[in-house]
Amino acid sequence: MNDAIAQLIFLIIKAALMSILVVTLVAFIIYFERKFAGFFQGRVGPTYLGPAGAFQSFGDIFKLLSKEDIIPAEADKRVFKLAPYVMFIPAFLVMAVLPFGPVGGTPNLFGYRFDYVIANFDSGLVLLLAMGGIAVYGVVLAGWSSNNKFSLLGGLRAGAQMISYELAMGFAVVGVMVMAGSMNMVKIVEGQSGNFWDWYWAPQLVGGIIFFIASLAELNRTPFDLAEAEQELVAGYLTEYSGMRWGLFMFAEYVNLVVVSGIVSTLYFGGWHAPFTVLDFIPGPVWLLIKIMIMVFIYMWVRWTIFRYRYNQLMSMGWKVLLPLSIANLAVTAIVIAIVG
Amino acid sequence: MSADPHTDTHGAAVDTHGHDSHGHDAHGNGCAPAGPKRPTTEELIARKAATRQEIEPGADLMTISIGPQHPSTHGVYRIVLDLDGEIIVDGRPEVGNLHRGIEKLCENRTYHQIVPLTDRLDYIASFAMNHGFCEAAEKLMGLEVPDRGRYIRTIAHELARLSNHILWLGIHVMDLGTQTFFCICFRDREYILDLWEMLCGARLTHSFARIGGVAKDLPDGFEYRCRKVMEFLPKRVAEYERIVKNNRIYYKRAKGVGVFTAEDCYAWRVTGPPLRSAGIARDLRKDEPYAAYGEVDFDVAVEYNADVYDRFLVRMKEIRESCKIILQCLDQMPDGDFISKDAGHVLPRKSEVMRQSGAMIQDFNQVFRGPQAPKGEVYRAIEVPKGEMGVYIRSEGGGKPARVRFTTPSFYHGQALPALAKGEMIADMVAIFASIDVVLGDCDR
Repeated sequence: MNDAIAQLIFLIIKAALMSILVVTLVAFIIYFERKFAGFFQGRVGPTYLGPAGAFQSFGDIFKLLSKEDIIPAEADKRVFKLAPYVMFIPAFLVMAVLPFGPVGGTPNLFGYRFDYVIANFDSGLVLLLAMGGIAVYGVVLAGWSSNNKFSLLGGLRAGAQMISYELAMGFAVVGVMVMAGSMNMVKIVEGQSGNFWDWYWAPQLVGGIIFFIASLAELNRTPFDLAEAEQELVAGYLTEYSGMRWGLFMFAEYVNLVVVSGIVSTLYFGGWHAPFTVLDFIPGPVWLLIKIMIMVFIYMWVRWTIFRYRYNQLMSMGWKVLLPLSIANLAVTAIVIAIVG
Repeated sequence: MSADPHTDTHGAAVDTHGHDSHGHDAHGNGCAPAGPKRPTTEELIARKAATRQEIEPGADLMTISIGPQHPSTHGVYRIVLDLDGEIIVDGRPEVGNLHRGIEKLCENRTYHQIVPLTDRLDYIASFAMNHGFCEAAEKLMGLEVPDRGRYIRTIAHELARLSNHILWLGIHVMDLGTQTFFCICFRDREYILDLWEMLCGARLTHSFARIGGVAKDLPDGFEYRCRKVMEFLPKRVAEYERIVKNNRIYYKRAKGVGVFTAEDCYAWRVTGPPLRSAGIARDLRKDEPYAAYGEVDFDVAVEYNADVYDRFLVRMKEIRESCKIILQCLDQMPDGDFISKDAGHVLPRKSEVMRQSGAMIQDFNQVFRGPQAPKGEVYRAIEVPKGEMGVYIRSEGGGKPARVRFTTPSFYHGQALPALAKGEMIADMVAIFASIDVVLGDCDR
């Protein structure tokens, strides 16, 4: 068996494992979200299914699957059916470029080299941003095809929000790119090797904060959950969705949560690196998972704490605050890198 | 970027007039306060014009129906909006989805039987409604309420106000997108509801007032628990203010939004906290004291910016004042009867009905014939948590009124929503609607 075949087999195994892991993780993250919400609000959250309600999400999935699939008579049926997948698939694709352990080096598995990344290519960062851009089409299409005014407003809001934030997000990420000298995610993580103060959060503090805020908008979570703002637009783009199609959207949202947490961990918090080099004996995927869960918790914390921005306030914040700041951040980073080398 | 000018003007309003969140307590009682913070009517009108966008005629409008089944219509309110993008050009409110014919039902019930019906007007503060009706009926019949009855009524009315305002706060912030704080408010409202449970056994529809007094005396242990809660609630209010008042996003969402000057309020008959937030210290508790309000010391909460933010501040102050009023009432609580002894108009105590023939006859008369009211008509207005509530009763004599009419604040506040929200965005409309505090049971009757 030559190396190429071995790599192909590894690839399939990695992709399958990653998907299964994320799907399972998402089921529990939904449970965690509900538990945390209960904790923040002085309630208990789900308790019935499984130990302390841990299998609640699976119960929900079965419930959603058994529900009638309602498509509004006046809806654009093809687009209406397509929209959940447009949101769902890009979320998974981003995981291909997230390194979860060391890449390259000597053969380490049955005499073959096992890379802890699904796709190691030079424009990983571009794929990551592109997929974030495509995912919003799911929301826009869902809002448009439902033939409901609330959905339409939700979809439009999502589109406007995406344009306002994607730019700042992109510029923030470019700062990291300049630091690492590469758009390859693997190289970006390698650039952060060492203790936790060597990670990019310290030099890219401003960029990291901008990225975090922008990612809140990307995830459609409070304070930027305008696209489905319940109190304003009933359920926004989700108004006409029911059953498992609605479930797919929810699922995609949580996959996105995991993925964005992974991206933040990778870009700013050292990816799979241990916070101290002495802790390197613990394998990389474990560290990445820990970081992802911490980020997920922070996202939940934000969601259950603060108010929602108004749509035009979000836009003005995106254009007037975050975008100039991220450009300034990029300029400063570039100048410092040019001088220091 | 058609939305940008809107933001600019909001920002300007915040910058120039923003820093007035402290030190208002000195202004209470409606006396003219000094200081540069108080905006003039012209400034308010200019600010109102600045925050609202003019839509040129002929724009392509979208008509959207908000409600009756919509998460933030607080019941079954419906408003048909004409939108330009997200900006509200016009709105047509529609009420009556919760119409239960309460006023008509009153016409063939005795006065005593009407009290539980009034619970269903504003079910968030049902005692206030009982109280309003009983005050009117007493005025018609010329009844005097014993001192203890008046004090218990005052306590009960303020408990209703507290529970109303705390619930309002929870719903208001939930409409602005935070759900956790809603749960905090519900947790604190529970203390009030526990007091209600002690007082009359019910948590929502109390029917605690009776013509001539109240249904029951204060139970044992009530005073102790009430004092505990009243001492602890102001701390909670401080916590709310830490969470909400100083929250930057809340500030941006609420400040300068939904400006409604005193003239507007008069034109649309908007009363209560929205009127007081426009700098008018009109509070019937102070102006035309009823129950024991003339004998306790409290301030009328007034703010001057007439926006959503100031309506929040007014209500927070009112919570504090309510706590003060209740504590004073407990201190000054007189002994004696809690309900009038007038056998012709008042229900006897149940414990006496089975033992004394006189009480039994009185009970029979009151239940089957009703309190015999003289011919005539009365109007009585009281200050309920949401605004001014008026009760009109026309009597042709006998135990049943010929006509009862309630003028409830929610109805007038609901009709003013298009005027309040015109030129603002949908998200603002939600905040404004919450800030004027409408309950549809109160509105549709």
